[in-house]
Order: sequence, then structure tokens, then C-alpha cells
Amino acid sequence: MYGNAYIDPNEKPKSIIDGEDPIKLADFEARIARGEKIEPKDWMPREYRKQLIRMIEQHAHSEIIGALPEGTWITRAPGFKRKLALMAKVQDEVGHAQLLYSAAETLGKSREAMINDLITGKSKYSNVFNYPAYTWADACVIAWLIDAGAIINQVANAKGSYGPYGRALDRICTEESFHLKYGHDNVVTLATGTPVQRKMVQEALTRWWPPIMHFFGPSDKISNHTEILMRWKVKMATNDDMRQQFLNMYVPKIWDLGLTVPDANLKKNEETGLWNYTEPDWDEFKRVINGGGPCNAERLAVRRMAEEKGRWVRAALLNKSEKYVTPLA
Amino acid sequence: MEHIKELLYKMADDLLILGHRNSEWTGLGPILEEDIAFSSMAQDKIGHAQALFQILFELGEAEPDTNAFMREAKQFHNSQLVELPNDDYDFSSVRHFLFDHADQIRFNMLSESSFEPLAKVARKIKGEIKYHVFHADIWLVKLGNGTEESKARMQSALNMAWNYALGIFEEGDYELQLQSENIFAGEKELQKRWLEAINPIIEKANLKIPAESDWNPILGGRKGYHTEYLDQLVNEMSEVFRIEPNTEW
Repeated sequence: MYGNAYIDPNEKPKSIIDGEDPIKLADFEARIARGEKIEPKDWMPREYRKQLIRMIEQHAHSEIIGALPEGTWITRAPGFKRKLALMAKVQDEVGHAQLLYSAAETLGKSREAMINDLITGKSKYSNVFNYPAYTWADACVIAWLIDAGAIINQVANAKGSYGPYGRALDRICTEESFHLKYGHDNVVTLATGTPVQRKMVQEALTRWWPPIMHFFGPSDKISNHTEILMRWKVKMATNDDMRQQFLNMYVPKIWDLGLTVPDANLKKNEETGLWNYTEPDWDEFKRVINGGGPCNAERLAVRRMAEEKGRWVRAALLNKSEKYVTPLA
Repeated sequence: MEHIKELLYKMADDLLILGHRNSEWTGLGPILEEDIAFSSMAQDKIGHAQALFQILFELGEAEPDTNAFMREAKQFHNSQLVELPNDDYDFSSVRHFLFDHADQIRFNMLSESSFEPLAKVARKIKGEIKYHVFHADIWLVKLGNGTEESKARMQSALNMAWNYALGIFEEGDYELQLQSENIFAGEKELQKRWLEAINPIIEKANLKIPAESDWNPILGGRKGYHTEYLDQLVNEMSEVFRIEPNTEW
């Protein structure tokens, strides 16, 4: 459901290519410039590996944590059709996590180590999942608009230079496009339904708009760091570009349904083709990403509980004579 | 038609409720692969329930959504085994093993039923349940032969689930009629075949079926007597649907 390179604003300004072998680096960059893919056994700069592990891992975590707010609505989905579809959708998300953990493992970090970093709070996941899904309509808005945002992000990243991640994303995007249709169909049904349903979906949209605007992250600081990651095709688009693309594609569709976006300043500037909007509250974003959101503690507690409760099963599966082999994604 | 309806209701309710329980593993499995497996089986079970509710609809009962989402717990005919909470993976996988073997044999038997609409659905469904049974068998054998802890857990889950599982075979009021019309060969026959099927797997898993002197089937589910867990499940399941029961969601 999500993933983007994240440049820590507090990162030391030291160049990320310090200490790399200049000949190997030049060769690596030439390959990327020619549009070649980098594969697991190929030489790669330290920072390339580090950024990719961070990105793919965060993306994988987002898939399994994202299954929680939606998953709570599987047992309450109204009617066979919705129940079956939501089960299939959330199952897809968990399947995406499986694909992504495998892709990240090709870079040398095991799934266990990644999940451990998730439940100890060391590595992050998409901020949007730290908000609650209060009603059925929230689950519908998530399925439509959060997945829409994810697709924009993932279609961009699928063209990145790391082979296993790109291939995983190609598959993921195909499935996500069905989620988008599923989410849209749900929102249309509610928005064109009874007054109770319309009220439900409007309230859900109002609740989810700020997290949606936060979804792509704050404006990227134009730095040498960002430039190198873009040249290496790790980071494929700036956060602002993706946010603009999302607004351009989805605001008209939301308006078509007679729903109101809770931002009086939202308007397309016809000259520039860019959308004006109220700057999202980035202090709130930082507060939530650092653990202060309404559901951070709950999400991690559930994940920790699942890990704890499953420990005996994993121990029973362990065959000490088998050797760990990094998957080739 | 009452005899056929009774048969269909207990099957449809078993599948709906167990499918619902299976779906509760979404996001919480001991490994991602199990999350995904339980989710697949949940979709199959609920899809199978839907197919049976559709036959009931064609026999004059309410349409599937209304039938599934608007009844009270006491109107459900599922066995109590399927309504019990998931608890840990040990109980869930033992229940899955005990129920799915019965389910597979039931659909195998029904694939030759003289009631063609059910026979047709059974022929389709039995191909899918095959995989549920594969899955259940692999895990039972694996965990039964795993660590001391996994073995002990699986044995106590089997002890706990056993009498509930015998409740699957609670007889209805129309057993003889179903048999004489060649619709279904009956719960006794099903239980006999079930014991034959599960015995060798349980042995392979190094587990033991409780002594026959302790067999005490937990009955009542088929007649609408349930644990408090079903009430909670049904309320949760229908929470959204009942906001506006007559509209599209």
C-alpha cells in the first residue's frame, strides 16, 4: 500500500558517496543511466543498499499494519459481496508484504530482523495507518483514496533501478488497481445511497483528508542527497509531484460524487496546472510518525501480540539442519 | 422440502460461521503465509455458504444477504464447534482439521445426491476443500511432531475440540427421509467415514484421539442452542448491514 524514499532532515550533510570506489561507482551509475536494472549480486554503493532496505522494509511494514484497520471491518462487512471482496483485498495486502519482505531480503536483511525492528519501533510504516477506521465508510475511503495514493507512488517506484523491488511492484500495482476499483465502487454506493450512507461517507472523507494529504510526505528538501538518490533511481518522484498528481486525478472524482473536500483553499490554478491547497499540518505529521498518533501504540501492540502468540509455531517449524538462503526475487 | 432445507441450513451456517472465524486471522497469523492461507480458506467457506444460501433462496427462503445477516443467533443451525473463538493457532488449526475432513466427506457424499442443485454445487466445492484438507493435514503433522510445546499444545487442543467436533454429526429430524430419498446418506455414516479418514493422520502427527469412554458429543447447535460467542459474532457480523437492511451497501 505505500512506500517512498524518506530523507531524514537531520541526516548529516556529509556526502553519501564518501568512501566509495570511484571506478565501481562510475560503472554503477552508467548502468543505471542506460536503464539497466541492478540485481542482488551486483556491486552497489552502501547508501543505495541502505536506502532501498529502508524503503522496501517500510513499504512491507505498511502492508501488514495497513491490514489491521481494514481487517477490523472484514467481520462487519455488510453482505456477502462486500465481505468476500474485502477479505480478498486485505489478503492481497498481506501477500504484498510477503513479496516485499522477500525483495528486501535480497539486500541482506532477514524478514525476522525487519519484523523485529517494526515491533520494537525502530523502523517506520506509513503514517496513515496510525489513524482509526471508525466506520464502514472509513474502510471504503481507505480502499479508494489511500490505495489511489499508493498506486501513484508505486507506479513511479516500479520504474526504479533495483530489479527485485521493481518486479514486486509491477505485480503489486496490478492487484492494487483492483483495490482501487473496489474502493471506488464502495464509495460510489455510499455517496449515491441513503442519507445515512451519504453522511457516513462524507464524515469519513473529512476525517481522512488530512492523513491523505500527509500520505506523500513533506516537501522534499532539495539537497545533494535527494539528487543522488534520484540519479540512482531509488527515489523516482518528489513528494510534491506525487501529491499534485493525486489531487489532479482524484479531486474531480470526489467532487463528481457530490462530496466535499474539507479544504476551502483547494483549487486548481489553470495557468500552472497545479493545485493550491492549505499546507498540511506537518507538526502533526511529525508528532504521529514519532509515535504520538491515535493508534500507534495499538497497532504495534497488536503486531507484537501476533508475533508473541505465533512464536511457538515458528519454533516448531524451525529445522536446525536447514541453511538460510537469501531469496532471489 | 423441509428435510432439504434443514440439511442446507446447517451446512450453510457452519460454513458462514467458520469462514467468519477464519477471516479473523487476517493480519494476525503466526507467519504471513498462514495469514494468507486462512484468508483464502475463509473466502472459500463464505463463498460455499453463499452458494448454499442461494439454493435456499430458490427453495423460497429469504435472499442470501438477508438470510445470513438478519437472523438472530438462536436461529442459526451451525455446530457449536465453529462458533468458538479462534483462541491460539493450536485450537484454530485443530478445529480446521476436524471440521474440514467432515466437510470434505460431506460434499463428496452430496456430489451424488439425488437433489441435483445440491449435487452440482457439491461437485464444484469438493475440488476446493481438497486443498483445505491438505493444508490442515500438513500442519497437524508438522506441529504434532514439532517441539515439546507444539506437541503438548496440539494434544490439548485436540482434547478440547473433540466433543465439540462430535457435535457436527448431531442428527436432525429428517435423517431417514434424506436417506430414503437418496439425498444424503446421513450423519452416522458421515461420522463413520470421518473417523476412518482422520485416524491415520492423527497417528502420523503422534497425537491421540481421546478415549472413547470420554466421548460426549456437544449437541444443540443444530437446534439453535449456542454458546454466548455466537451472539457476539452475529451482532458484529450484521452491525453495518442492519443500519439500513433494505438498501444496497
